[in-house]
Amino acid sequence: MSLESIIKVAVDNWPMFVRGAGMTLLISIVGTIIGLVIGLLVGIVRTIPIPDKGGKRVLLNIANKLLSVYIEFFRGTPMIVQSMVIYYGTAQAFGVQLNRIGAAIFIVSINTGAYMSEIVRGGIISIDKGQFEAAQAVGMTHVQTMMNVILPQVIRNILPATGNEFVINIKDTSVLNVISVTELFFQTKSIAGATFSFFEPYFIASIIYLIMTYTITRILRAAEKRFEGPANYIMAGNQMQVERL
Amino acid sequence: MEKVIEVQHLSKSFGSHEVLKDIDFSVNKGEVVSIIGSSGSGKSTLLRCINLLEKPTNGKIIYNGENILDDKHDIYAYRTKLGMVFQQFNLFDNHDVINNCTVGQIKVLKRSKEEAEEVALRYLKNVGMENYIHAKPRQLSGGQKQRVAIARALSMEPDVMLFDEPTSALDPEMVGEVLRVMKDLAETGLTMLIVTHEMGFAREVSDRVVFMDQGVIAEQGHPEEIFNNPRQERTREFLKRILKDV
Repeated sequence: MSLESIIKVAVDNWPMFVRGAGMTLLISIVGTIIGLVIGLLVGIVRTIPIPDKGGKRVLLNIANKLLSVYIEFFRGTPMIVQSMVIYYGTAQAFGVQLNRIGAAIFIVSINTGAYMSEIVRGGIISIDKGQFEAAQAVGMTHVQTMMNVILPQVIRNILPATGNEFVINIKDTSVLNVISVTELFFQTKSIAGATFSFFEPYFIASIIYLIMTYTITRILRAAEKRFEGPANYIMAGNQMQVERL
Repeated sequence: MEKVIEVQHLSKSFGSHEVLKDIDFSVNKGEVVSIIGSSGSGKSTLLRCINLLEKPTNGKIIYNGENILDDKHDIYAYRTKLGMVFQQFNLFDNHDVINNCTVGQIKVLKRSKEEAEEVALRYLKNVGMENYIHAKPRQLSGGQKQRVAIARALSMEPDVMLFDEPTSALDPEMVGEVLRVMKDLAETGLTMLIVTHEMGFAREVSDRVVFMDQGVIAEQGHPEEIFNNPRQERTREFLKRILKDV
């Protein structure tokens, strides 16, 4: 259990670590992005003003109920159990053999989507009512209002929470080892099994996880800063000022 | 005279509280109408009912000979014909000045980006904000925001401009710049409906002043008539109260 032994395990097994880390990143990036899109779509649907009467009212109420069920189910059950149900469960119940990576991305996406829906809802609530009214006043429909005015502001506001979800996903993809997805934890387990050493592989894995989550956090912080922009506007009064900008 | 918008038997209740009671009201083409009255008299609600930001409980709103409260009427197309200026400006916070004025034109009126920018720039020049086209709303002062908001509404080239207490949220030294812009607009022959607490402005610029009290139109007429010679006791009371403070 020395520094040399850690380096030796890392050098001997680096292709497996790299592949595992790559898979972890792939699943969590794609899962987070799809999850965000799901969250935004759910946000659009759930904020459609419900008319007083008519078929549209019934449809909207049904849609809202279904979305609540979706959110409650995926927030209220562990991802490790969902993975078993979706991957092995569908295989046994319906005889469908899902693509492993596809299933992994699907599980992470809908899971993240459930959380993001609530985050987006909070983001939409926090936008000033005047923004909706001003968009309506120029004749925008609900979807136009959402796409052009509200959601761009929501995305900026929920960026920190989205980054949080991303970091959680990087760590939580490790539960996907139960369906044998070759992500970082699964690879580490294989290395540990082959070398009969446990401290070194898992220590290396923890460092890799830390590097990934820390890097993501820094990148997102920089993105937030960019969104923010300068507080003052320098009037483009003459050419020289424009050039200085 | 040609009526642009006519409101018939309009009423609006929030729960059991009746804010507007059976209002009959119209605006003629090219006319500048100011609505005055104390807080809670229903003047802002009337304006917000006209562009359907509030759904009237009862009554009709006639535009181009059609009742726009009919279920089948396209309220989105109707709203583009009304330019709205809010007390709190409500510029789109995610867009810079020029995009605030073009996004509606491009997405709703389906104009090309070039055409929309040309139109926007013309109106931004009118309000004296052409040097700030790439500023974000939070980089502007209240008066500047309101002038951009006016340019945004004008860019849709509406039939009527609605102003909902456009200077009430401004610092005193910025009220003048916004009122000047509005005065210029009034002189171009634009149809304007203004809810305001600026009595001097209402008197100087309006063709007609409407005094509202407790959800009804108590009195309306030529500004000189309303301000110098009000017929109703409650109009006199209101004017005495508000003019004493100035």
